[in-house]
Amino acid sequence: MNETKKNNAIFKTLKAAYYPLFALLIALILMAFIIKLMGYDPLNAYQVLFTSSIKSAYGWGETLAMAIALIFSALSFSIADRSGLINLGASGQLYMGGIAGMLVATNFEGLPSIIHIPLVLIAGGLTGAAFGAIASLLKNQFGASEVVTTMMFNYIAMHFCTYLISGPMKNPASDLAQSKSALPSAVLPLLLKGTRLHAGIFIAIAAILFYYILMYHTTVGYQMRVVGMNPKVGEYAGLKIKTNQLLAMAIAGGMAGLGGAIQATVIDVRLTIDWVGNLGFDGLAVAFLGGHSPIGIAISSVFFGLLLSSANKMEMLAKVPSSVVFLFQGIIIALIIGRRIFQLGLIAKWKSNYQNKKSEASDLLEMTRDAEKTKQDALALKQMTKKGSEE
Amino acid sequence: MEEFLVSVFKMAVPLLLCSLGTLFSEKAGTVNIGLEGSMLTGALFGVLGSYWTGSPYIGALIAMTSCVVLSLVFAFFTVTIRANQIVMGVAINTIATGLTISLNRIFLTSASVVKVNGFKSIPIPFLNKIPVIGEVLFDQTVPAYFAYILVFLTWFVYSKTDLGLRIRAVGEYPAACDTVGINVARLRYSTLLYGGIMAGLAGAYISTGQLSAFSEGMISGRGFTAYAAVIFGNFTPLGVFRSCMIFAVGMGLQYRLQAMDTPVSYYFWMMLPYIITIVALCMYRKRSNAPKYSGIPYVKG
Repeated sequence: MNETKKNNAIFKTLKAAYYPLFALLIALILMAFIIKLMGYDPLNAYQVLFTSSIKSAYGWGETLAMAIALIFSALSFSIADRSGLINLGASGQLYMGGIAGMLVATNFEGLPSIIHIPLVLIAGGLTGAAFGAIASLLKNQFGASEVVTTMMFNYIAMHFCTYLISGPMKNPASDLAQSKSALPSAVLPLLLKGTRLHAGIFIAIAAILFYYILMYHTTVGYQMRVVGMNPKVGEYAGLKIKTNQLLAMAIAGGMAGLGGAIQATVIDVRLTIDWVGNLGFDGLAVAFLGGHSPIGIAISSVFFGLLLSSANKMEMLAKVPSSVVFLFQGIIIALIIGRRIFQLGLIAKWKSNYQNKKSEASDLLEMTRDAEKTKQDALALKQMTKKGSEE
Repeated sequence: MEEFLVSVFKMAVPLLLCSLGTLFSEKAGTVNIGLEGSMLTGALFGVLGSYWTGSPYIGALIAMTSCVVLSLVFAFFTVTIRANQIVMGVAINTIATGLTISLNRIFLTSASVVKVNGFKSIPIPFLNKIPVIGEVLFDQTVPAYFAYILVFLTWFVYSKTDLGLRIRAVGEYPAACDTVGINVARLRYSTLLYGGIMAGLAGAYISTGQLSAFSEGMISGRGFTAYAAVIFGNFTPLGVFRSCMIFAVGMGLQYRLQAMDTPVSYYFWMMLPYIITIVALCMYRKRSNAPKYSGIPYVKG
């Protein structure tokens, strides 16, 4: 009995780990057809996309530099997702974090780096957290769907940033709408000469560790997961769902804000129009390809970092528009969330109804098991809170 | 004043088309935030069609067809595969962004803006002579007239027909509908496709009807606003109409105030429609009419 359970668990993890790879493969094949349809050579495009960067130190540096930003953006989505919220506002949180970080980074001349850099990061993180928390507050207080509000906040933050850099924060020496450059003392040091790989990578790794510890080794994270999995169970166990989600949203926003501050000060050096670009939604693709797991996010962020940093090269050398990367991202997200497409075995469904019923039955079985597990979780949690109150 | 009203109606038409179109699929219990992507795709194919054939009407048809394909993908993933509807919406938006930018660079050069034939306004005789309103309401293009008709048509289908009742029932309790012989999946498919067609028309109206050109990311959140209009309109046709008009006034006001020399910066007026959307969502606390099974896939038992 125990042995089968163990085997089952191993099989499950394997299944969970190989599926994204499988989806990736399918997406690559699909993309090859689309590139072919557009009239380009897919093999040439893929060769440039995947091999040009890993051959040189420069390529690796740029890939990892891109991955840093993606990690924060992805964590912002995943943390909210774990508590049952959908945070589509990473872009807006990146903007606000970048603005706050830049405000600190362009002022306070003469501060030593050891104080100035943390100040920039704290400012970015806190502003992002506040901005993320607003969406959750609006949901708790007025019942406004966080899906729409976070989306709207993206546009608001973008216009706010454009306003700042063409008005109060504008660099008077430039004709363009852009802010002053960050002071050298406020910028994280570069690690690899000639590339933009910077010390932010350690902060990104720390952020992933933080995510891991928070979710799997703290009561707060455990409560968040319970609320995310089944709010009713959470309520039954006496959890404050609203407070929990508010906290999750603040942490999520803080992650994006931190990423924004790092991206703005180190990579872009100054704020420009539309500097965030599609970074917020790139992070969503990273989070899904990584299956919301800490290690998965780390790996998929490097993969997407490679993709995004080589996209322009692909446009130059293979003439394929760099925007096909978005197409690729969309297909990957769709395949990951629609993994039943392969489980259902649609062809089999058409062939025989019997198999279909079997899979439905196994689904049902899984659902009952899940329900039982959440029930046990809730009981354990109840005991835990009881114990806590006794102490 | 007249100028302001004209710009309000220009803003209102795509919103009306899109949100009245998506009202049915929302009522049937699917949340489609892929509208943004559908509108964007419609905007590109409207311009492409007009560019190829010289006729904006054929352009609009091509736009609607392209959105049928996109909606079919969305419907397949959300109804048949039962994937998370909101994330699938994001995937559709991402795919549409990549597709439109790529095709725009392939077919229309990115260096210079290609102008195509747009919809011509057709004044309705006599009615267009009414002071103020005449010029605003009855000197419009075909899609705009269609939007007026659509308001009544939607109201009629929604509240007076069997089909409307079925759609509303499916969002309320799909399992019960299944037992009485309503095909839940087919109904959700068809409402999603219909919503996609309308979003495509709305996109074509924005690109060929207003600017006669396509620019990357030109929808800038109007698809989300259309979705918000359905929520704010409490999922009823007249409510949706009302909220579309409120949002349109906000957008029209934005352009009006930008042109005037107000002490507040131009960029704050740019935020106005988005702020209005958020405030509107917050004001509507009781959503008594929202379908109970909104966003929940139906598993046939």
